[in-house]
Amino acid sequence: MALSTRTTPFTRVLRKPLKMVAAIPAIYFILAALLIWISFENPNFPQPEVFLAFLRRATPLLILAAGQLFVIVTGGFDLSVGSLITLTVLGGALLTDGNADRTPLAIVTLYLIGLGVGIFNGLVVSYLRVSSFITTLGMLIALKGAALLWSGGAPAGYLPDNFRIFGRQNLEGVPYLGKVPYAVIILVVYSLVATYLLHGTNFGKKALAVGDNPRAAALSGIAIPRIRIAVFVLSSISAVTAGILLGGFAGVSMNVGDGYELEAIAAVVLGGAMLMGGKGSMPTAIAGALSLRALFTLLNLLGLPSPYRAAVQGLIIIGAAAYAAFRSQSES
Amino acid sequence: MKLSVPLRRRIPSIYIVLLLFYLAGWVLVSLFGRGTWLSGTNLSNMAVRSVALGIVAIGQTFTILVGSLDLSVAYLISVVAVMASYLMQGDPDKVPQAILIVFGIGVGVGLANGLIITKLRLNAFIATVGTGLLMQGVLNASFENFAGAVPASFQDFAYGKLGPFPAPVLLLLLIAALAAFVLERTRFGAHLYAVGGNRSTARLSGVRTDRVIIAAHVIASLMATISGLFIVSRLRAGAPWVGPDGAYDIESVAAVVVGGTALSGGRGGVGGTLAGVFIFSVLDTMFNQLGIDPYLKQVFRGLIIIAAVASYSVRSRETAA
Amino acid sequence: MSQSSPPPLLQIRGITKQFPGVLALDNVSLECYPGEIHAVVGENGAGKSTLMKILVGAYQPDHGEIYLDGQRVHFHHPRQAQQAGISIIYQEFTLLPYRTVAQNIFLGREPARHGLIDRRAMVEKTSELLRRLKADAYISPHALVRDLSVAQQQIVEIAKALSLEARVLVMDEPTAALAAEEVNLLFDVVRSLRDSGMAIIYISHRFQEIFELARRITVLKDGRHVATVMAHEITSADLVRLMVGRELEYYYPPYATPEEIGETRLRVENASNDFLKNISFELRAGEIVGIAGLQGSGRTELAQALFGVKPFTSGKVEVRGRITHISSPLAAIRQGMGFITEDRKREGLALRQSVWDNVLLAFRALQHMLTPVRLNGAGGPDVRALTQQVDLRAASLSQPVQYLSGGNQQKVVLAKWLATASEILIFDEPTRGIDVNAKAGIHQLLRALARAGTAILMISSELPEVIGMSDRILVMHDGQIVGELPAGASEADIMLLATGQQLLAGEKRS
Repeated sequence: MALSTRTTPFTRVLRKPLKMVAAIPAIYFILAALLIWISFENPNFPQPEVFLAFLRRATPLLILAAGQLFVIVTGGFDLSVGSLITLTVLGGALLTDGNADRTPLAIVTLYLIGLGVGIFNGLVVSYLRVSSFITTLGMLIALKGAALLWSGGAPAGYLPDNFRIFGRQNLEGVPYLGKVPYAVIILVVYSLVATYLLHGTNFGKKALAVGDNPRAAALSGIAIPRIRIAVFVLSSISAVTAGILLGGFAGVSMNVGDGYELEAIAAVVLGGAMLMGGKGSMPTAIAGALSLRALFTLLNLLGLPSPYRAAVQGLIIIGAAAYAAFRSQSES
Repeated sequence: MKLSVPLRRRIPSIYIVLLLFYLAGWVLVSLFGRGTWLSGTNLSNMAVRSVALGIVAIGQTFTILVGSLDLSVAYLISVVAVMASYLMQGDPDKVPQAILIVFGIGVGVGLANGLIITKLRLNAFIATVGTGLLMQGVLNASFENFAGAVPASFQDFAYGKLGPFPAPVLLLLLIAALAAFVLERTRFGAHLYAVGGNRSTARLSGVRTDRVIIAAHVIASLMATISGLFIVSRLRAGAPWVGPDGAYDIESVAAVVVGGTALSGGRGGVGGTLAGVFIFSVLDTMFNQLGIDPYLKQVFRGLIIIAAVASYSVRSRETAA
Repeated sequence: MSQSSPPPLLQIRGITKQFPGVLALDNVSLECYPGEIHAVVGENGAGKSTLMKILVGAYQPDHGEIYLDGQRVHFHHPRQAQQAGISIIYQEFTLLPYRTVAQNIFLGREPARHGLIDRRAMVEKTSELLRRLKADAYISPHALVRDLSVAQQQIVEIAKALSLEARVLVMDEPTAALAAEEVNLLFDVVRSLRDSGMAIIYISHRFQEIFELARRITVLKDGRHVATVMAHEITSADLVRLMVGRELEYYYPPYATPEEIGETRLRVENASNDFLKNISFELRAGEIVGIAGLQGSGRTELAQALFGVKPFTSGKVEVRGRITHISSPLAAIRQGMGFITEDRKREGLALRQSVWDNVLLAFRALQHMLTPVRLNGAGGPDVRALTQQVDLRAASLSQPVQYLSGGNQQKVVLAKWLATASEILIFDEPTRGIDVNAKAGIHQLLRALARAGTAILMISSELPEVIGMSDRILVMHDGQIVGELPAGASEADIMLLATGQQLLAGEKRS
């Protein structure tokens, strides 16, 4: 309004495009800047093969962040995903033990476990009224224990090639791109489905309403327990998917999933979601996760010792949250 | 009208649960296990096992009571353990100086956490995960393995005895008593409960809420510092992974909530936390002596946390209705 | 009566307070003597709570002065008023449930010795305070506040005020949540405070209590001081007349004509639950039935029971002639009911979501989870048309509702229930907190809906609204429907029924 007193034809012409640019979430600019910077440091980066390999490595986190966002928009946390990843990888190795014939059954079993974990989390939060933080913290500890118990405390068995195909292999002969990792295809499909679920279906709208104002949602006839169970199931399913991909390219190890829960939450916060619920966007959350990974790639290229990654991540989490807190204060 | 009984100081039910666990251990170990359950050594082993987590959890009780949370304690423990052994380099003369420095670090981290949460208005979870990662990164970049060593004299801290009692256990009990005293008998303690219970009520009653929250974080960091010193004196040298490996962040939160302190703040106390820590130790010892896969106990731990908090929430709903 | 009265302890002179669009207080004066209980009465919106908030420093007046003991005082924060000796006890308590009585009373002012809380002194002082309130027999200083009854908690609040050496005590509807025997307990305490020389300002809707306690009564109406009278010199009928008498400067839409009223949509017979006793009434298509009653009379509980939030536990509910058991809001919505709650922000809207999404909130609850939102517009309700129907003024339908005015927010809530094609709408305080212009719009809308065949139950504590809008008026008192009045009944008749008294004149039909 203050600007309108001294409009020039020039600013008038520019106002609309400027407004449209201002409406674009900041995370996209951050992501673009990071990718361009990486390309300067590593001129090969924009080549399809290199870029797709980068995407492939980022896929587990991106999928996990997508799952986490469903829980966060309802005003909860899911801390159990890191352990569920570990359980998936160790369990996958044990269930198949290198036998390719067992892969389909093993994958079905792992998804059923994920389903069970999600339902359990949702039921405890809905009906026993334990906060999601405590529920999933308990699950985090219990699932890690279960994974180690199952494998006897050391990585046992190994994953057959047809299990690892998802994390490791490429689809050959794609026009323009050449070979495309299966992981990237899974990522694209997953992102589209998750975006559709959150922004394109009644379920997503209900989840946002539950996180925004549970009382109003209940008085509008929304069955809150069902929504809560569904979001925890989606998060668990995402963790199993991430675990299967990680098993493909990272191999079987005891702490493969450690810390992923925090990284996923950080990515979602970076993507502009509100931890108190009711606000979040799937594309920006995924962009947040990708930015986090791009940043680490960049720091590697710049020669920052890899241990500093954690420190940078810490700074970014605090910075992003402080920015969000500052914005919400100035809004109200 | 109902008469409220004065001095209604019942034994918290969590101690009955602790006793039940202990008795269950006795029965099971006698029937199926090896070693004796009811010996003084066994009891003192269980107690020593509780020290590191116990001290951190007492600090965590303060942050949770005030309605906050500190997930950076595990990395602070690593920082303290590494810095202490690095600074001491096995030289008894350098001990006082090293202790002074690590306590300085502890206070600094606590202040940083408290200030970020109160002044920048960050969610405590996010803020302390952030500062924890920050410490982890700096530490991992600076140290890769065990660094330096503490002098033999400093190891008395972990292995010494006063009469029949292990020194660290006495320290834990002393700290617990001191913490309980602060919470029960000082104005700061009363204000801590008030801020956690209802921040606007506390503010209207003239409590400086930000200061109370910051002080709680400084206490939590100081406790993590003491715990780090205890751990390095047991291990003789500190390494960057000692804190995260012990999962002191989530385990301390778990012990606090199992002990009946509400995650939302304003309700609970150190006594419950101590019971929570002891329950975990009894469980550990029991599984060891039964020769059961140690990982099963972790599954149990996770479920106990959920069950304990669920029982508190169900009970408080019953009495409220 | 006292021969030579002491000077007033508290004087409020010529207070004026303007809010955007409303003159909340217009030159209001009031004084209160030591040892006096001074009741302040008036309808909702008369300005009572604004006046009290100014007195305790929560608001600043535009004009006027406050004198305490003849000294002019200025309060910029409630703590300043507290320190000067003015305490207020709100309807919502500010006690910490998990702390003891003594700890609550002395929060922030704990007696200390060598930096430690002197617990013995704290308990002794608390006992002393409770003794002064003659409450030491049933409240222990060591009891946790959560274990106390509501009345006991109120007494703890009073003890806290006493410990602050309050000389002026403001009590805002202190008995709203109390059972009958608890009221007596509280009254004993209030009387003993009066006898000790405290000045007490007592805000209440309940005439019986006012006549029992107060020496003088001040009546406020539309932000103005109407009269201050001695309690023993006035009858409740006259008091009602002072409170309500007004010229109608506002035109309500016409009542329903007999042809407009259709078949019975909702019939309730002898229904009860924990709050409600033997509720029986009928609601027909095309009519607006007003529910009047004082705060705590069970109006909101009736709406919640009908809508399945706190269902009836006995009795019969028929929707369109079929017996139904409504056990949840979803069940109610499936029966074609909609509930426009009193507190829009807390109960009606998801504030960070868009207008569009809020309008479809209840409709989507009826749909399958995986229904694409795209189809909500095509196959389902036309959101754009609905927002036009309620005359919503919003920059765009994708705007979050938190940025809309109160009136526009209310229209979004209304559109939400139009989207489910509700045939029975329950309104709880449809125009609370809405400015005059938007109010007229909402009133027109209600009548238009009724004319289109919707059955409307309207709860309101604004008597002109109940009278102006309702084709029939049901009056509630103490969880029961105590009477039915025809369209255009007088405010006095409603008030008399609502305060638990008999009608003065006119017919009583029920």
